[in-house]
Amino acid sequence: MSGHSTYVPKTALGKWFEARLPVVRLLHDTAVSYPTPRNLNALWTFGGILAMMLVVQIVTGIVLAMHYAADSTVAFRSVESIMRDVNWGWLIRYLHANGASMFFIAVYVHIFRGLYYGSYKPPREILWILGVIIYLLMMAAAFMGYVLPWGQMSFWGATVITNFFTALPIVGQPIQTLLIGGFSVDNATLNRFFSLHYLLPFLIAGVVVLHVWALHVVGQNNPLGIDVKSDKDTVPFTPYATSKDLMWIVLFMIFYGWFVFYQPNFLGHPDNYIEANPLATPAHIVPEWYFLPFYAILRAIDFNLGPIDSKLGGVLAMFGAIAVLAFLPWLDTSKVRSGRFRPIFKVAFWLFGLNALFLGFLGSVKTDDIIMGFQAVVWAKLSTLYYFLYFLVILPVLGYIEKPKPLPVSINDAILAKSAPSSVH
Amino acid sequence: MTAKMIRWAAAAFAAGIALTSSIAVAQEAAVEYPLLKPTRQEWSFAGIFGHYDQAQLQRGYQVYKEVCSACHSMKLVKFRNLADEGGPGFTEDAVKVLASTYSIQDGPNDAGEMFERPRLPSDAFPSPFANDNAARAANGGALPPDMSLLAKARAVHRGFPWFVFDMFWPYQEQGPDYIVSLLTGYQDPPEGVTVPEGTYYNPHFINGISLRMPPPLDNDVVQYSDGTPQTKEQYAKDVSAFLMWAAEPHLDARKALGFKVMLFLIVFAGILYFVKRQVWRDVAH
Amino acid sequence: MPASEAAQVVETIFFNLASTVTDGVASARMLKRSYADRWRPLPTRKEAILAESDTPAEPTRRDFLLHAAGAFGVVGVAAAAWPFIDQMNPDASTRALASVEVDISGVKPGQAVTIMWRGKPVVIRNRTEKEVEEGKAVKLEDLKDPLARNANGDANADATDANRAAAGKENILVMTKVCTHLGCIPLDESGEFGGWFCPCHGSQYDTAGRIRKGPAPENLPIPPYAFISDSKIRIG
Repeated sequence: MSGHSTYVPKTALGKWFEARLPVVRLLHDTAVSYPTPRNLNALWTFGGILAMMLVVQIVTGIVLAMHYAADSTVAFRSVESIMRDVNWGWLIRYLHANGASMFFIAVYVHIFRGLYYGSYKPPREILWILGVIIYLLMMAAAFMGYVLPWGQMSFWGATVITNFFTALPIVGQPIQTLLIGGFSVDNATLNRFFSLHYLLPFLIAGVVVLHVWALHVVGQNNPLGIDVKSDKDTVPFTPYATSKDLMWIVLFMIFYGWFVFYQPNFLGHPDNYIEANPLATPAHIVPEWYFLPFYAILRAIDFNLGPIDSKLGGVLAMFGAIAVLAFLPWLDTSKVRSGRFRPIFKVAFWLFGLNALFLGFLGSVKTDDIIMGFQAVVWAKLSTLYYFLYFLVILPVLGYIEKPKPLPVSINDAILAKSAPSSVH
Repeated sequence: MTAKMIRWAAAAFAAGIALTSSIAVAQEAAVEYPLLKPTRQEWSFAGIFGHYDQAQLQRGYQVYKEVCSACHSMKLVKFRNLADEGGPGFTEDAVKVLASTYSIQDGPNDAGEMFERPRLPSDAFPSPFANDNAARAANGGALPPDMSLLAKARAVHRGFPWFVFDMFWPYQEQGPDYIVSLLTGYQDPPEGVTVPEGTYYNPHFINGISLRMPPPLDNDVVQYSDGTPQTKEQYAKDVSAFLMWAAEPHLDARKALGFKVMLFLIVFAGILYFVKRQVWRDVAH
Repeated sequence: MPASEAAQVVETIFFNLASTVTDGVASARMLKRSYADRWRPLPTRKEAILAESDTPAEPTRRDFLLHAAGAFGVVGVAAAAWPFIDQMNPDASTRALASVEVDISGVKPGQAVTIMWRGKPVVIRNRTEKEVEEGKAVKLEDLKDPLARNANGDANADATDANRAAAGKENILVMTKVCTHLGCIPLDESGEFGGWFCPCHGSQYDTAGRIRKGPAPENLPIPPYAFISDSKIRIG
């Protein structure tokens, strides 16, 4: 998609086709001759893994939709008939349900790789923002998909999340009523969520095309975070990146298969095997694991802040936690991309990672549980504070006070230095 | 670079361990239901090569039929399922005879009237009450839950760090473990503890200190024909296994297929590793 | 389509795909070699070690690896595709309804009862003596379709009235009432031959359900059935 194309059609048919629709050239330039940095590590294969997961989710989802009935009186039963009666239905549904979790595991690795190696910095701002948009769409798709089995967690999750909008003054209540199509979550809600859940993956696929396009315009970042200087710094995508991507995709499938075949319900919630009951809220509502950090941030704000009451404050903090990612390219003021050359950033980054895990844990417990001598909500406030400090204070300031280590001249030089016999042993 | 990554990972790990131990200590102090965690049982269907014990499922069905089904429905399970592969292994004829001992309302007939007919293998297990309200009315306001999915709908949180270990050494039998513990866990309330009228103290109950269901099992309430000991514990285990099958009827097929798929993927990954090495052998990276 | 036939089709498709994939890998290898040449002068550690210990290229091993990987990929994709195809077949609850029992004690001569079997109407007609006579009177050479189309008898049996009616009960006729032309439902007791008439495209069936006139190619099919008692029939 960028630079000079090396594609030369060989056969007569190839030439005929090329003159009319150069799609083979596009594929060749994108997936064969595209120059990719020589020094990419395994974390860079997660883009390919994510592409695979998107395909898996779309294929299994289309199949499930053939058997699913989006009607609140039969939805739960239809999912169970998929699990019991449809040929291979149990396999396809477990692939889809666990696939959502695998998708998020992969996207979190992908995001944290970008955070560590500074993949959001110029010239990759648009690439990064497109990624944030994909992440948002994924969250919407996952949330609506979780509602479809119409279990207790589906129902109450939908109730809680659509109630976010009531936090907005004046317009909040009408917006919520509009979204759920009634005065409470019901059949109308289920139907529209099914429709949108079917639509969103294709929107995601569309934004993924833009994401890959943007990637091919600016080129991949790499663990050193320095620009590609010459041909010596790169290898063609095929067979180098493809062979590596394929290997890691299959390794990831082993991890995925482990859940699907041996603990398909580990990542789910037992309450979702109870049909939705609008009269009884489960004792402890938790979202799916991939939303837990944001759930912890939502619950951390239990105080009014001037005109902003705690409810609106929590919702704003939660959405702010996601929105802040879009501004990251301008919040990080350091000229050096890779965390490898930034001693102080490194500490802040790993603390951020641990903090995110801890937020996830806090999202899974009750707010008044005692954790290390304090209520969970106290820890959640501290963790939320660090989450925002990292983006809004640490990253902007570090660029000015941190003294980065010297950068190598080129990727090629760095590799030669590493693999020179003198540096071994 | 790798050395540094490892050092950071090690530091993170150490911090995690420190966090873990302190959290574990703190959580013991918090009051949570159930008061007692379920006792872990041995199950034939646990683990990678797990599969249901046919004789146990048959005994479990007997316990369900003679005891539980007086109050608990099982709307998602059909009689024909009893003859399915990986299930209790009834013959088709036995299923037919069994099903026909129950009746079901069908219709309307040509005269426009509803009529009763014997159940067919394609019909579901009969429900003891006409609807949920009738069930509540007959049970002091408490609804005996439908048992079709019960074994997957109950799990006692194992808490951090156990759930992390469970990821690598699968533990998917929380449901049946819980049911066994509940069924055998009835006892007199300790001194100073009073339970609400009409409820029974059970420290294994997931949602409080007592529940409305009276102790359903006792020694010798069900006659086994295969010489299995007729104890409360044995009944509880058998019926829990049966409920697990009812909730997850394709478990045998899942684990058997899983083994083949995993083996295939591991060999495939090995081949791809060597392919990758071959491809990259001329290029330092 | 029987499973073995389907498997053969799938196999052919994937063998063709497999050769395409391996060709693609081979051309990628050529490309790689040209890039590799460019780096030859670089004194990488790996190259240094390789130069000492190894012969430069080992095409047999490399080919074996690529072919093994290709074969695994093809087999994996083919195996993974099957559940996604098979899920479209009737599910267990549909298969469980494959047989129905009907009580015909109330069906008098000249009356019929229509029930649903596998989602299709099956007519059970207690024919009058006149209808039976009419059916018997038809000469085989006048029939458009000379085969009985009776699932309970020989596949090549002649379409005589006896071969169409229930064994030992010549007045009882059990048929799937779906026109063999394009699947509409023919009307009872109508048409030029006193049997069934399809309103969609004008096919006419006689009192034994045999096609006599119109675009339909075959006689109305007779499903597998059996008398469990004098008045009870199990279909399927």
